[in-house]
Amino acid sequence: MTFSPELEARFEKFLAKYPADRKRSAVIPMLIYGQDELGAVTDELINEIALRTGVTPLQVTEVVGFYSMLHRKPQGKYHVQICTNISCLLVGGEELWAQACHKLGIGHKETTADGRISLEEVECMGACSWAPAVQVNYDFYHDITPAQLDKLIDGLAAGKKPEEIAEVRKVSC
Amino acid sequence: MLYNQPNPLEVKVLSRRFTLLNSQSIETYLANDGYKALEKALGMTQEQIIDEVKASGLRGRGGAGFPTGMKWGFVPRQSPKPKYIMVNADESEPGTCKDRLLIEYDPHQLIEGILIAGLAVGSQQGYVYIRGEYRYLIDVMDRAIDEAYAKGILGDNVMGRGVKFHLTTHSGAGAYECGEESALLESFEGKRGNPRIRPPFPAVAGCYQSPTILNNVETFCAVPPILLNGAEYFKGLGSPKNGGTRLFCLSGHINKPGVYELPMGFNLMRMINEVGGGMRGGKKLKAVIPGGSSCPVLKADECDLAMDFDTLAAAKSMLGSGGVVVMDEDTCMVGAALRIMKFYAHESCGWCIPCREGTNWLKKLLTRFHAGMGTRSDIILIGDLAKNMLGRTFCPLGDAAALPTISIVEKFTDEFEAHLNGEPCPYENKSRLVSA
Repeated sequence: MTFSPELEARFEKFLAKYPADRKRSAVIPMLIYGQDELGAVTDELINEIALRTGVTPLQVTEVVGFYSMLHRKPQGKYHVQICTNISCLLVGGEELWAQACHKLGIGHKETTADGRISLEEVECMGACSWAPAVQVNYDFYHDITPAQLDKLIDGLAAGKKPEEIAEVRKVSC
Repeated sequence: MLYNQPNPLEVKVLSRRFTLLNSQSIETYLANDGYKALEKALGMTQEQIIDEVKASGLRGRGGAGFPTGMKWGFVPRQSPKPKYIMVNADESEPGTCKDRLLIEYDPHQLIEGILIAGLAVGSQQGYVYIRGEYRYLIDVMDRAIDEAYAKGILGDNVMGRGVKFHLTTHSGAGAYECGEESALLESFEGKRGNPRIRPPFPAVAGCYQSPTILNNVETFCAVPPILLNGAEYFKGLGSPKNGGTRLFCLSGHINKPGVYELPMGFNLMRMINEVGGGMRGGKKLKAVIPGGSSCPVLKADECDLAMDFDTLAAAKSMLGSGGVVVMDEDTCMVGAALRIMKFYAHESCGWCIPCREGTNWLKKLLTRFHAGMGTRSDIILIGDLAKNMLGRTFCPLGDAAALPTISIVEKFTDEFEAHLNGEPCPYENKSRLVSA
């Protein structure tokens, strides 16, 4: 199978990063960038990565099961991740998590019926000093208040892109 | 823009370029002492570089605090195998968010540190293992690496001096365990992130079973200032046997949480009150996790101490990764212990039974206890179970889960007893409200 030209170029670059007899090192980067394009780790992706890195599909599959960011089923278009680990917990992370679940009527690793938003209660994302923190896909949002979270979820649910929601601004560039 | 305001008490060595315009770019870096330490290192022998790092008193910033120069010295430089430099940018210790800034604001400082490490052991290849969640930092790092190649700083002829060094990024995919050095190497090789038995240590058999220097981002970033200003300068910044400064990540119930660069040995109470702006809402301090969630907690009356590796070890805790988590009087310590244990139960890779089973049973016990259904014998059971995990696992994750639990049960037994009356947590609905 072939992927988009961008992903093909990326895969080629990944495979060139490691010694010729160590292509297996590219498995995890290929999985995560492949997943970004396909929406999930599909059987086809696993087989293709196995083929290109010279390992068995089973060896790729066992890796997929280990890492929390890899998933076999598609997530929502916007994957909202709320940290409730210790630093976020102390300043309201659990309350934000409950608020998001209540508002959307979905729980941990669930997706709204229209496929727009999925939720995940995540472990420390490295924003402890600017807690409570939220990540939407790969973008970080710091010092989130309940009111901001409301606006963020309302906006996403109404079909807006995160950057169109004026009340919250991502910090990562 | 920095994520938090700087503080006048900071001693900016690693973070001194953070506020410069376009601090990510190689032009800014070159205009501000950039790659001058590398230039110097290119004129030094391998022994001289390692000796300089040894003399600086630099100790690993990832958590263990192992002397960096000594670690580099363990690499068998005569080995016919290729040598690798591996950067641990899998920052995921709860309470820690400093490596993010070091990469985001000054990626070239990291590249320079890596290059110097490469020279020190004769390595020609480095990899930066960045946690998958830090996707934007992979892009920042890739851009910086491209710039360094374009300027001839990386490549087959480093700065025209006939030395070869190549560097590239590598994405993780979400696993705390992969911040542990041997699990990181397994993960890097495309496998599940289970730890390896040691010895042999990575210095001898690391990446692809070859000699490998594996350090934290902040450790590599400290190397250019050491070479540039001399070991004595760096050593003089900190306390005895604890050279330099450290990026402390202050979080929790304080007025000005943030990442601040302070000298090693800076007093913890001053850190909370003068740097962190004191306790939020004028509340009383109850406890502090001094170096990420793996460290035994300190009670308020134990916090008047110097933040360096040896002082914290003497206080039966750890300096760890620099994540200082401050908890006020309204914090439920049973709840804190439970949240920390939920994390370790989630992140245990399952390789060693004491950790896999221990963390999950502790999570169950603490969940029951926090809900008011615990029994008096559970208090002893929690402590005993945690102690039985200590030292019985391949990697330190088992200890990291057990140590904070033991400290909380022992130091806050009264709070466990307060949960015994069959009612929900006495601290419910207190203090966690998000400020407007």
